[in-house]
Amino acid sequence: MSENARMTFDELREHLCSTYPDLCPLFSVEFGDGVLHIDCGKLHDAARDLKSLGFDRLGMVLAVDRGDTFEIIYRLTSRSMRVGMFLKCNVSREKPAVRSVCDIWPAANWHEREAYDLFGIEFEGHPDLRRILLPPEWEGHPLRKDYVDDRMIRRPDYI
Amino acid sequence: MSTAVLSRQPVVDEEGRSLEELVVNVGPSHPSTHGVCRVIVHLDGEVVTKAEPVIGYLHRGIEKMAENRTYLQVVPLTDRLDYVGSMYSNWAYCRAVERLAGIRLPERAEYLRVIVCELQRIASHMMALGSAAADTGAVSMFIYTFDQRERVIELFEELCGARLTYNFVRPGGVSFDLPERWEETCREFCSALPKAVSDMDKLYFGNTIARARMKSVGVLSLDDAVAWGASGPVARGSGANWDLRKNDPYSVYPRFDFEVPVGCNGDVYDRARVRLYECYESCRIITQALDQMEPGPVKAEGLPRLLRPNPGDAYDHIESARGSLGVYLVSDGSPRPYRMKVRSPAFCNLALLPLLAVGHTMSDLVVVLGSLDPVFGEVDR
Amino acid sequence: MAIVDRLGESLDKAPGGGIILTALDALIDWSRGHSLWAMPMGTACCAMELIAASFNKFDFDRHGTFPRPDPRHTDVMVVAGTISRKMAPAVKRLYEQMPDPKWVIAMGNCAVSGGIFYYDSYSALRGVDEFLPVDVYITGCPPRPESLQDAVFQLREKIKTESIAPGRARSRKLLLPQPGEMRKAATPSEEGGDS
Repeated sequence: MSENARMTFDELREHLCSTYPDLCPLFSVEFGDGVLHIDCGKLHDAARDLKSLGFDRLGMVLAVDRGDTFEIIYRLTSRSMRVGMFLKCNVSREKPAVRSVCDIWPAANWHEREAYDLFGIEFEGHPDLRRILLPPEWEGHPLRKDYVDDRMIRRPDYI
Repeated sequence: MSTAVLSRQPVVDEEGRSLEELVVNVGPSHPSTHGVCRVIVHLDGEVVTKAEPVIGYLHRGIEKMAENRTYLQVVPLTDRLDYVGSMYSNWAYCRAVERLAGIRLPERAEYLRVIVCELQRIASHMMALGSAAADTGAVSMFIYTFDQRERVIELFEELCGARLTYNFVRPGGVSFDLPERWEETCREFCSALPKAVSDMDKLYFGNTIARARMKSVGVLSLDDAVAWGASGPVARGSGANWDLRKNDPYSVYPRFDFEVPVGCNGDVYDRARVRLYECYESCRIITQALDQMEPGPVKAEGLPRLLRPNPGDAYDHIESARGSLGVYLVSDGSPRPYRMKVRSPAFCNLALLPLLAVGHTMSDLVVVLGSLDPVFGEVDR
Repeated sequence: MAIVDRLGESLDKAPGGGIILTALDALIDWSRGHSLWAMPMGTACCAMELIAASFNKFDFDRHGTFPRPDPRHTDVMVVAGTISRKMAPAVKRLYEQMPDPKWVIAMGNCAVSGGIFYYDSYSALRGVDEFLPVDVYITGCPPRPESLQDAVFQLREKIKTESIAPGRARSRKLLLPQPGEMRKAATPSEEGGDS
């Protein structure tokens, strides 16, 4: 296995603070995972910094409908440091758009297409932003909380 | 609909030669696409110049459905995600719930989870190896692998009554303890499997035709594997020493002595070889787990009937047969998950197909696709 | 039961051999029913059981049921798995490509009614009989290969009631519900059918 020991989140925080001091106050540990909350305008730069810090793998991109905003979450892992963390940013519901990270991690391609498909988030600079899971003629973005579809039957509440 | 020529377009290359580009549609119902994958292939003669997978033919909206079910009711849905290895999706989801709700497990439950998941790895790899072999024309290999797979399925059936959708791993433990004589049957299976696997090794991997079909086909470099987020045997076939059981040890895995097979060439052959060797290692883990396991409860004590975790986010991941399978859960304090997201390894691995298929012939395209081992329940969710 | 099923009893001795007298319908239905080549329309979990059915342990070849992925070679489409709205046009088109006479087996709860995906799913269809005429329904999530075996036998019984003459299906009570007639067939009829 890898010779490197697994890095703890405190060590990761120190490493992050010594290399990129401006990212330091945004880092926190929630439910046993390192989280970096960032402003969506600065997301692309922060992603580039984190990649040079050693986060060479993008695990997934997901969006969460938080009411008035959509939260976009990037799962990053580092092979050298053997640690994973999340990068989170909030975009407005009216015009959800963020710069694509496909140029940093090619893996983002399909994940961003999925977030576009299910939440309608525009990823600027994405090479091929189309629907991926649903047919191209589909209307609406089903994982939004306010999505309505006549063909969908809501399950009765039994609990 | 299986295979159809979509268009013929005259193309002139840089040197002025006129070529004809064929656009061929493969799927979504094609025996070699391992489910409902559709690939739009651009061909120059017989050589693939561009392959574009079209997915979503099995998109059922499981993530949306989970938002209207209680935490326990989501478990049967996770069975239907990765239907070749249901135990993994169960486990990944349950780990996320347990992290969210702060549930601590009895030790025996952890051991049982490890045992069923390693058995599941054998079953899943047998399916992957067999169907990938059938793509190269070796149907006899499929019959041998399916024989072993059926044995695992019989063990599972005895354990939880279902052949495919087990619903065995649940938040707070597992559903049942081992039935009588199950342990002996399992040990017998584990002692017989290495012989069967080495027979397959000789039968298929020693075959000149099979080697010619697999060697140097679909080569994935280590850099690409990392950049595209590949995981599991696909990444390990390219030399990425990345296995969550070792890199981010979870459950009781640190207590076992096992190796992680890693390839070096990154071709179809190495990926298949990694799967084959993982079966040996899974056998070792199961035997050790059966030895170490002690009697005790299999469910956490004092769990409420209706879980209401505190608001927050939790993510947990396990190493499934296809790679790192993660579940991201968001709770808003209600008995239902606010959002569930499955990080499916097959989805990420399938994204490599356009990269790997280019430059090979049409007949190699299915071999490359088979080596990525996509399961469309998980790709499309 | 067709005469051909009791060959030994109905064989009339004649000089130099034997003669069997039977209706052409019976002979053709018998041959159709005993070599049902299946179009495996496996999309999801049930497809695994469909594969298991044709391999070592269950071995469907012995019933004359043989999976052929090409719709033009097949008699019965086994729809195994959830059909999503994106997939449905492809399934319909494959069904249309199958030569007549053709039958459909809906395998598994998803193909029967949507099953676990009945509620809350914006994308899954609630049963394949929304657009295909289903002959045999098998429940289970997924059904065991033995259930599929039973479905093949049931379909064989159903085929025996058919006639090759257009519009002259033999007047015999159908053993299985027709699409959309599930409730009617579920109640025992007063005719008192034989099977």
